[in-house]
Amino acid sequence: MFESLTDRFDEIFTRLRGRGRLSEADLSAALREIRVALLEGDVNLEVVRELVESIRARASLAELDKSFTPAQQVIKIVNEELTAILGGEPLRITYAPKPPTVVLLVGLQGSGKTSAAAKLARWFVEQGRHPLLVAADLQRPAAVEQLRVLGRQVGAAVFSEPTDPVSVARRGVAEAIRVGRDVVVIDTAGRVSVDTGLMDEVAAVARATSPRYTFLVLDAMTGQDAVATAVAFHGALPLDGAILTKLDGDARGGAALSVAKVVGRPIAFVSTGERPADFETFRPDRMAGRILGMGDVLSLVERAEQSLDGDATGRTMERIRRGRFTLEDFHEQLQQMKRLGPLSGIVGMLPGLPKEMRNAAVDEGSITRIEAVIRSMTPGERNDPAIINGSRRTRIATGSGTRPADVNDLVNRFKEMQKLMRSSGMMAQAHPGGRRQKRKGGRVTPASR
Amino acid sequence: MRVRRHRPDDGRAPAAPAPGDASASPSRPVLAGRLGRNRPGLAGGLARLFAGKVDETTFEALEDLLVAADVGLASTGRILAALRDAVRTGAVAPTPEALVAGLRAEIVAGFAGEDRSLQRAAAPPSVWLLVGVNGVGKTTTVGKLAARESADGRRVVVAAGDTFRAAAGDQLASWAERCGATLVRGADGADPSSVVFDAVEHAAARGADLVLADSAGRLHTKTNLMDELRKVRRVADRPPGRVSEVLLVIDATTGQNGLAQAREFTNTVGVTGIVLTKLDGTAKGGIVLAIHDELGLPIKLVGIGEGPDDLVAFDPDDFAAALTGV
Repeated sequence: MFESLTDRFDEIFTRLRGRGRLSEADLSAALREIRVALLEGDVNLEVVRELVESIRARASLAELDKSFTPAQQVIKIVNEELTAILGGEPLRITYAPKPPTVVLLVGLQGSGKTSAAAKLARWFVEQGRHPLLVAADLQRPAAVEQLRVLGRQVGAAVFSEPTDPVSVARRGVAEAIRVGRDVVVIDTAGRVSVDTGLMDEVAAVARATSPRYTFLVLDAMTGQDAVATAVAFHGALPLDGAILTKLDGDARGGAALSVAKVVGRPIAFVSTGERPADFETFRPDRMAGRILGMGDVLSLVERAEQSLDGDATGRTMERIRRGRFTLEDFHEQLQQMKRLGPLSGIVGMLPGLPKEMRNAAVDEGSITRIEAVIRSMTPGERNDPAIINGSRRTRIATGSGTRPADVNDLVNRFKEMQKLMRSSGMMAQAHPGGRRQKRKGGRVTPASR
Repeated sequence: MRVRRHRPDDGRAPAAPAPGDASASPSRPVLAGRLGRNRPGLAGGLARLFAGKVDETTFEALEDLLVAADVGLASTGRILAALRDAVRTGAVAPTPEALVAGLRAEIVAGFAGEDRSLQRAAAPPSVWLLVGVNGVGKTTTVGKLAARESADGRRVVVAAGDTFRAAAGDQLASWAERCGATLVRGADGADPSSVVFDAVEHAAARGADLVLADSAGRLHTKTNLMDELRKVRRVADRPPGRVSEVLLVIDATTGQNGLAQAREFTNTVGVTGIVLTKLDGTAKGGIVLAIHDELGLPIKLVGIGEGPDDLVAFDPDDFAAALTGV
């Protein structure tokens, strides 16, 4: 049983890669694996069915392009299909010609609307806007208080009154006009889609406030039901997009694919942690790449640029691209990553990271151990771990306060990581005899781009 | 179908069930009406199911049914293999109707012989700790349990163990006030273990029967937060307290990630039972079947709405019927 969709596709990669030709039987076998992986990833059954059929159709018709192996071609098609479903271009927020721009958040109970509302307000502040938060959830005890506290944290005023959701929303927009706020973010109560009274109520809130954007807030761990919920809300409102929350967990997030496909609206934002800053616009190409094990390297680079030395990061990325990624580089990356904040969100983005390392590295305690081990190595050992014999291993272990087995473990895992980075095409092959993926100009490019 | 709304400030008792609502008895308030809402999209599959003959497409339709309910491929495979055996040996007749009945029976059989009652310590106070990831309904469930236990004549202390979420203490205070339970809370950001400890001490000193301890939602992948929870359990289990239930709250809309949640929380704090929440929506909660299969955790309670009475005992027959509702 695989841990994640990314791991599952890594496995498919490896299995398909060995073959020179992809027969009909091979294609069917590959598609079965893809179906299983997508279902295990919580993609809706009907969406999986359609997706597998489109992939089969394209893969059967595709002429064998000599630049790629058949396996790479299948993966490329899967990547393209997923990216197309996830929305292609990122959603660009535009503003109402006559302010305020109203954003309405709706969804099931517990999906993370109140947190998302505050984070969205903070995002608007970062964009140079002046948002007003409207607390229209009068159902959940202390929901208004919760939003007030969060509003203070992110520097956005909160409006509410103990009347009814439609009145609060309407008067909130009026208040924004009165005090000159150019954005209004309305938090509403969670509701089940089969409660017709409550669905009517939220439709009334929308009618009263004419939102420019109505977003469905969707928990990343949602299973097959995501489609039913999205369809119901879209029918009542309609929706302009979704906000995917709790992406810092290990839920595979197939719900995102399903909702995008069935409702035909993009994922606008994702929430990636518990801090107000853990909120970003959704990048469809990167999500598809992440699902396929290509990792979300660009997001990592972006975040790195925001908070630390861009030159160092750029150098590291360039080294990776040129096929050089040593323990020294890894150590430097760990240092950089520590400065970015809680690791779990970032580590998930590293391409081809073996699942043991991905899950282990989430534990910040073991990061410290890894760093200590690397620091106890000589530059020669970091450059070429193959020279680490028994006596060196003992020395490193003693120096870092670990055991020789831990040193061995790190070196092996790191080799795995390098192997996967190379095979995913992210990193050029190390040895001249290895298979290279070349485009016409002779430049080495990663397989899935 | 009306979901009763309870506005915190109005002070009124929850509305009595409407006169024609025959299913709303005290022990099983509107459960039957709230489960098993069929969703669009499966209609084609179900029609195939009842096309008359039993063949491979019938089993495919059954697989679709279970997968669409989040039961997952592994448990679905196990259940259908058992069903195929039953058809082969003649225990189940080869008709679609018999197959569905056989499917329900297979699901129900998996829950046979379990003790799903809520455990109490030999000597009070018992401590029931509620755990789970963010947004699943822990605080609301604590509130409902407080209401229920108080109504049954027990003296309840509620520990506001979620010291992270803004206004979590206020939310719980509203529930505690309504049923007359004592609330013990700490400052925002306080150590949750100390809040739970204070609650247990308070309960022991006052001769209360039960401490209901809420906890902050936490993703099971966050090691430091799981370590924190382990400590909370340890502290809550020190005399005079005795943790007799660690209830993992699972949202009925959860997909396969629910399995990872159950594994990790069990490894960390030793889960004794599951509370399946939000079953009043369109989701079928099949993930608890997978959890039960893999880990054997009893499903003790089911949440079917946001009001104090919207908490019922898990019933395998009702669950199987709703899951396979055709």
